[in-house]
Amino acid sequence: MSFAFYIVSVLAVGGALAAVLLKNTVHCALALTVALAGLALLFLNLDAQFAGFAQILVYIGAVAILIVFAILLTRGSEVPKDGVYSPNWAIGIVIAAAVFSVLGWAVLQSAWILPHDAVVPAVTVHDIGVALVGRYVLPLEIVALLLTAATIGAVIVAMHEKDGAQ
Amino acid sequence: MSASNLDQIFILIKNWLVAFLPQFWQPIAGAILGAVAIIAVYPTLFALAVLMERKGLGRMQNRYGPNRVGPFGILQPVADGIKALIKEDVVPFRADAAVHFLAPILLVVVVFMSLAVLPMGRNLVLVDMDSGLLFFFAMGAAVELSVFMAGWSSRNKYSLLGAMRAVAQMISYEVVLLLSSVAVVMISGSLSLVKIVEAQNHYIGILPNWYVFTPWGLAGFVMFVIASTAETNRSPFDLPEGESEIVAGYFTEYSGFKFALFFLGEYVEMFGVAGLGTTLFLGGWTAPLSVLAVVPSWIWFFAKVELWICFFIWMRGTLPRLRQDQLMSFAWKFALPFTLLNLMVTALWRFMGEGWERWVVCSAILIGAYVLMGRVGMHKGQIGPRRYRYAE
Repeated sequence: MSFAFYIVSVLAVGGALAAVLLKNTVHCALALTVALAGLALLFLNLDAQFAGFAQILVYIGAVAILIVFAILLTRGSEVPKDGVYSPNWAIGIVIAAAVFSVLGWAVLQSAWILPHDAVVPAVTVHDIGVALVGRYVLPLEIVALLLTAATIGAVIVAMHEKDGAQ
Repeated sequence: MSASNLDQIFILIKNWLVAFLPQFWQPIAGAILGAVAIIAVYPTLFALAVLMERKGLGRMQNRYGPNRVGPFGILQPVADGIKALIKEDVVPFRADAAVHFLAPILLVVVVFMSLAVLPMGRNLVLVDMDSGLLFFFAMGAAVELSVFMAGWSSRNKYSLLGAMRAVAQMISYEVVLLLSSVAVVMISGSLSLVKIVEAQNHYIGILPNWYVFTPWGLAGFVMFVIASTAETNRSPFDLPEGESEIVAGYFTEYSGFKFALFFLGEYVEMFGVAGLGTTLFLGGWTAPLSVLAVVPSWIWFFAKVELWICFFIWMRGTLPRLRQDQLMSFAWKFALPFTLLNLMVTALWRFMGEGWERWVVCSAILIGAYVLMGRVGMHKGQIGPRRYRYAE
């Protein structure tokens, strides 16, 4: 629990809180980007270089831009007339607390299995590559299939039919 | 001073300066000195590049560039800097002040961070990361966010249009940039930029072993140049900031120092991708001929980067601007398939083993694909009545 960890986690938690509490939707999207950057810094703090930079490249470079485009191209960028907060916020808090407790219990359960002073293996990009085409080749191919399906679906959704193009 | 001392002179100066401090502070002081050096050097290069651009473009357009301030106009960047500093900073009333303020700052911070992994000479890299290339591209991804923030926060239709076009263009060409770099990573076997330069550091006879002198390397290099021109919004891909189309695109509402920051960010990003291109394809800090290795390595690196900048300026003065749909279709219909094919040809090169066969086969595939795609693309574009497609 080093000093850097506290700073980075303040950034991540602060960004996530701002993402749900701000009124302007585009501000919320930018605060979410800050939270994702905080997560990437947490990965880097744990010496997982590939995971950290891939997080920045994919989440901030693509997913955040996608969210921002979605907000812009729909009416989400205007402040709604009835206010931003839902009327059932109490039930929302209860459900969120339940999910958090389940996740926390799962993490704490697994934390006792690992010894505290275990030597953390230094995972290089080479090891990740070898694992991807060796042990995890089937998940890799399934993800590739999923991405292909998503790309074809996106092209079909964006394509106009020939008759309606006038 | 011997050749290798001149080569390592910055490291020697840094070690001498850092030795004055106690042992605990030495690594931190070394890192801070390196960062200060980068922050001092690159804006100076930016000033020189701006001057070179204005004079060069002027000469290409059959006129003198700036020639009033100082002999041959060499003090023009100083005058530009003073003007930018004392100009009034106008922020539109309904603009989103916080995001408007943060956008140029984010751009400059991210662009300078991406310079940290470039090996600018033998042992002259600020941070030697295992996944240095990935870090550089991660920083490039954050540039798109800054462009979007600038365009949206200005509450200006032209800015928003410019920002959307710029982000669409940057995302499309980032894929091409990444894929053309992956070919280099495949052959050199590492994401670390220092190791990629080391892999190009030996000479066959006196000729260098740079990746650009191989078929897949040349194709990848051409794709990289095109994609890097589009990534930094330079002509002929500068529709998002085209002065004649949409005023100034996403930095319409920026004046004074914030505009200067955007300008600085764009040019330093140009230096960054030029540095990355020389590292990946042109051998980084290695000399072109082995007899010339007496010249220090950092001189070669900066000479190659300056050549890239001259080439960018040359392209700006020569080629007309591409329209948005033309540049998007160029990215997705030509550049991306060609770059994917280049990846496969790189793999073929690697597994065919040494000899003249692999040169012939790889060159034939690449040239054939290029000609084929060009011919198919040319036949598709027929002149006829224009059909409009509206968003539903």
